[in-house]
Amino acid sequence: MSTAVVLIILALIVVGVILLYNRLVILRTRVNNAWSQIDVQLRRRYDLIPNLVETVKGYATHEKTLFEEVTQARSNAISAGAVGEQAEAENMLTGTLRSLFAVAENYPDLKANQNFMMLQEELSGTESKIAFARQFYNDTVMNFNAGTQTFPNSVIASLFGFTKRDYFEAEENSRQPINVDFGSAGGTDTAGEGGSPKES
Amino acid sequence: MYEQIASNKRRSWLLIIIFIAVVVLIGYIFGEATFFGPAGVAIAVVIAVAMSFSSYYYSDRIVLSISKARPVEKSEYPHLYNSIEGLSIAAGIPVPKMYVIDDSAPNAFATGRDPKHGAIAVTTGLIEKMDRLELEGVIAHEMSHIKNYDIRMASMTVVLVGIVALLSDWMLRSFFWGGGRRRGGGRGNQGVLFIIVGLAMAILAPIIAQAIRLAVSRQREYLADSSGAMLTRYPPGLASALKKLGDDEEPLAVANKATAHMYIINPLLEHKSKINNLFKTHPPLYDRIKRLDALSLEETTEK
Repeated sequence: MSTAVVLIILALIVVGVILLYNRLVILRTRVNNAWSQIDVQLRRRYDLIPNLVETVKGYATHEKTLFEEVTQARSNAISAGAVGEQAEAENMLTGTLRSLFAVAENYPDLKANQNFMMLQEELSGTESKIAFARQFYNDTVMNFNAGTQTFPNSVIASLFGFTKRDYFEAEENSRQPINVDFGSAGGTDTAGEGGSPKES
Repeated sequence: MYEQIASNKRRSWLLIIIFIAVVVLIGYIFGEATFFGPAGVAIAVVIAVAMSFSSYYYSDRIVLSISKARPVEKSEYPHLYNSIEGLSIAAGIPVPKMYVIDDSAPNAFATGRDPKHGAIAVTTGLIEKMDRLELEGVIAHEMSHIKNYDIRMASMTVVLVGIVALLSDWMLRSFFWGGGRRRGGGRGNQGVLFIIVGLAMAILAPIIAQAIRLAVSRQREYLADSSGAMLTRYPPGLASALKKLGDDEEPLAVANKATAHMYIINPLLEHKSKINNLFKTHPPLYDRIKRLDALSLEETTEK
């Protein structure tokens, strides 16, 4: 009689372990997925920039240094390696883009150009999506870390090697606002970056 | 913010459990009080599920065509598309399909049986009258309905209401035809008791069922507000949109009682009375705005 009870208890434990393990796998997969989603949006931004530079060149023919800065910043961001390095490169790129849009304010013909307006909206949208992708990544990390640390999942986590993941954090110097000559040029007044508090 | 979301979810599930308990109770009384017996309950369940199934499965197509929503391309409304896509990334769901309703009354709804088949419809009035942050707040609210499977939950409650309606109807009819069911000689008095209780239930049950269904709907609206605020991390956006929507008195032409529950605010003009509050699909606007403002306060004081 008691062996049956022991077997049942063992079976329940095994089932429990399987369920908890699978849950952690799902949470971890979401984290990885969310991380690559950030990359997808970053790539989108890189792809938009050459077109933007060409369009602006057509009207603002003298701004050579600015175009070079943007192009250089873009290559740096594409080739950046570690997370910290890349975040810094991304911030530089954002800064040069804002300068570019600030300069565009001086050229009313450029501002009225359909292609330019479309690119402006696309870039603004993409920066917003990058912010959302990072936010979602942090949300998945939060769920995963909470999942690995609460009991009894913590036991499974340490048994099978699920380790805490790091949040995506804004670099210290990127918390300073990037200076732009004109007010709100570039149209990057998105809810993802504008007045909302960033998760720490 | 997380607490609001958690408590809304708890409350709606509590309501569902109560609902199921009520339905089981009614089923039991029905089984005892009529000659249909428990088999009748099973039949009612099957019918209610079958009737609701196709409306749930095709909910997106049905509702979109009733509301005269037209599918639009990204090129027609690039900013709207970017907002929807961005928020779907924040929510971690596939991008819902975008639809526009040509009406100057500002409003929006979401539909789709699960996130893979999501759709969001927005009126031209909403696009014109809201600024970027407000529009994002509204879309985040709609996105949250899809993400939280609210359409599926609404279909569940509709099935439960259907079961109750069927059982109540049959119970009343069976009393007209031939009185109650007599099981064995010695249980005459109990039979009468069941008939009386059954009668009372048959009349009250549909009303109670609707009230519970609408209470669930209101909880999920609160949940969509808080989930939406979490997506944008900016509660004032939706709060400001709700204030604007509240001031705009224009009713939406394509809305009717069947579809009114899905919109972000009730698109129909309605009587203001306390009893009415029990039977509304949406919570009162001032309360929704108050909760969002409390979230904003919480966010700023936490820093």
